[in-house]
Amino acid sequence: MPKPAKRPKLAVWKFASCDGCQLSLLDCEDELLAIAGAVEIANFPEASRAVVGGPYALSLVEGSITTPHDAERIHAIRRSSRMLVTIGACATAGGIQALRNFKNVREMTAIVYAHPEYIATLNKSTPIKDHVAVDFELRGCPVNKFQLVELISALLHGRKPNIPAFSVCMECKRRGAICIMTARGIPCMGPVTQAGCGALCPGYERGCFGCFGPKETPNSHSLSTIWSGLGVGEQDILRAYRTFNANAEPFRKEAESHEREHHQDH
Amino acid sequence: MSANTTRTIKVGVLARVEGEGSLRLKIKDDRVLEAKLAIFEPPRFFEAFLRGRAYSEAPDITARICGICPVAYQMSACHAIEDAFGVQVVGPLRDLRRLLYCGEWIESHALHVYMLHAPDFLGYEDAIRMAQDHPEAVKRGLRLKKVGNAIMTLLGGREIHPINVRVGGFYKVPARRELGALIDDVKWALDAALETVRFAATLPFPDFERDYDFVALQHPSEYPLNEGQLGSSNGFGEGKSQISIGEYEQHFTEEHLAHSNALHSVINSRGAYFVGPMARYALNYDVLPPVAQQAASEAGLGRVCRNPFQSIVVRAVELVFACHEALRIMESYETPERPFIEVQPRASSGYGCTEAPRGILYHRYRFDDHGVILDAKIVPPTAQNQKTIERDLFELASRHLDLPKDELQWRCEQAIRNYDPCISCATHFLDLRLEKA
Ligand code: SF4
Ligand code: SF4
Repeated sequence: MPKPAKRPKLAVWKFASCDGCQLSLLDCEDELLAIAGAVEIANFPEASRAVVGGPYALSLVEGSITTPHDAERIHAIRRSSRMLVTIGACATAGGIQALRNFKNVREMTAIVYAHPEYIATLNKSTPIKDHVAVDFELRGCPVNKFQLVELISALLHGRKPNIPAFSVCMECKRRGAICIMTARGIPCMGPVTQAGCGALCPGYERGCFGCFGPKETPNSHSLSTIWSGLGVGEQDILRAYRTFNANAEPFRKEAESHEREHHQDH
Repeated sequence: MSANTTRTIKVGVLARVEGEGSLRLKIKDDRVLEAKLAIFEPPRFFEAFLRGRAYSEAPDITARICGICPVAYQMSACHAIEDAFGVQVVGPLRDLRRLLYCGEWIESHALHVYMLHAPDFLGYEDAIRMAQDHPEAVKRGLRLKKVGNAIMTLLGGREIHPINVRVGGFYKVPARRELGALIDDVKWALDAALETVRFAATLPFPDFERDYDFVALQHPSEYPLNEGQLGSSNGFGEGKSQISIGEYEQHFTEEHLAHSNALHSVINSRGAYFVGPMARYALNYDVLPPVAQQAASEAGLGRVCRNPFQSIVVRAVELVFACHEALRIMESYETPERPFIEVQPRASSGYGCTEAPRGILYHRYRFDDHGVILDAKIVPPTAQNQKTIERDLFELASRHLDLPKDELQWRCEQAIRNYDPCISCATHFLDLRLEKA
């Protein structure tokens, strides 16, 4: 009798994060039991007490590296994973907690904690790719659950995931939506932000705030010029780039340029 | 060396909780010396980097403290900011906020009841394994969760970190017909919630009761979500049974302890207190809709429940409430003229406290005259329950030291999951370490 095919092992790992991206997996209510049938969920503490040892076919990593211990832990995970994929802005860019990279961490610890000496933390919040090789990065704060399902199924079948790197603008255009920036003067980060959400915010009459991070080769400088023309102040432009993907290089640089201009103004 | 045996039981990573924490029990001979819930979720310093941000950014930034209850963060932030700027959101916009919050309660409670908590009672490692023997229950849970998510997606754009909430209201409000399209699903959910109460009531509950100091919002005419006074089952001293949200910090203090990255919250001069479904239920039974009261009484619950293991039944009763309330709002909704109320920043301080699925979530902000945040304070529910969880663990372990280690450990984990702890929140928290010294 043929032995039943061994199911590939899927592991979910958490670093500094809000748990939102891994929750996206539990939010696949229609697909969850099918996914659980197709793979062996070997490590997913948020969902199960059961822990199965590696090696793992696929590791999904949520969260950024912010402690000396985590900087070690990620290497062990890499060694036991055939494919390692980062999920969300925390894991791919350092997340909102990378705002610490622009402040004094000891000072910040003292603001939140009465005894900063109890807290072990690094000065910077860094993405997983700064520490180990990453096979694929899924964007978003949080990730889009349909992209997550596509990614898991593509990787497990050995095909290339259908996850475009163009901008949110393209998603608006494909939908035939009227541009809220040109038509209504609402500042929007769509031109510099990677697609994946389906141009969610413009559909709700709100400018994109860049939660999927920079698209390939974004022209952030030219967008800032448009924003200035719409009457957005330097500080507001700076803060727009310095939010959920503050440490992603194109956004970091654009924010820094406004920091300089701002200082020159004074 | 003493002939005494001291043992330690440790659970390195607590499962089926949101975020990372550990439990450590220190046992000497036949006595529990210490029960500690350590939170090693790395700190993310939200209060610190909120300084210098615009008021309008606070709802979206604070949502990222927790992917499980982002609406709670958005709501507490909005209420605190509106309090500071002297604005009140009323009418259909207020109703839509309650509806969005009902969506989060349904999603979060269904997730906890079926996916995180029920497997403990039935002896499964997780809901996926439970589904092999109890497919109907797990499927019901997933579909309920999905209805909660559908409400959040319609009103918020997406279920995790909704994009449609702003200070003063929403970016865009739904048309009556858009809400209408969900009514049949929510009607199904109300029936499924009643079935959930019946399902939860059949689970085996350990005999464990404690006299808790319950703290929750109280509202004269409605089960609290967004608004109310703070009530406590033991009062606030000087004959006061309630305080306003602005008085919170006069009565509660956060302590920072060496074993945890989360701050422990205490009620001044008394210590541990209890927030969440059991507290809300005890303090607001009278304003539950009759359908929820009836379901509770059929499940054998009195007006107050003091067995934390039965919190799963109380959570199910709250599911009934949330579905009923969602339906009420959807059926009576009229599209408001404007999606939001304009606010005018001013140099001021504001306080907000709303009922997250796990209990009260407090925000306080101070602004300059342009609405830039000068400082912020956030107290999430799990930080408030942490001391109570440790007391429960101490008592529970003391009574069950005769159990084999594996069983004792599982029982302790279950006791922690009674609180649906959200560790991501508490660090702004868990690993069972059993130390037998
Ligand atoms: S990327 Fe955003 S949603 Fe995902 S874990 Fe980080 S904060 Fe949460
Ligand atoms: S439009 Fe922009 S901010 Fe909004 S969800 Fe999409 S990527 Fe995120």
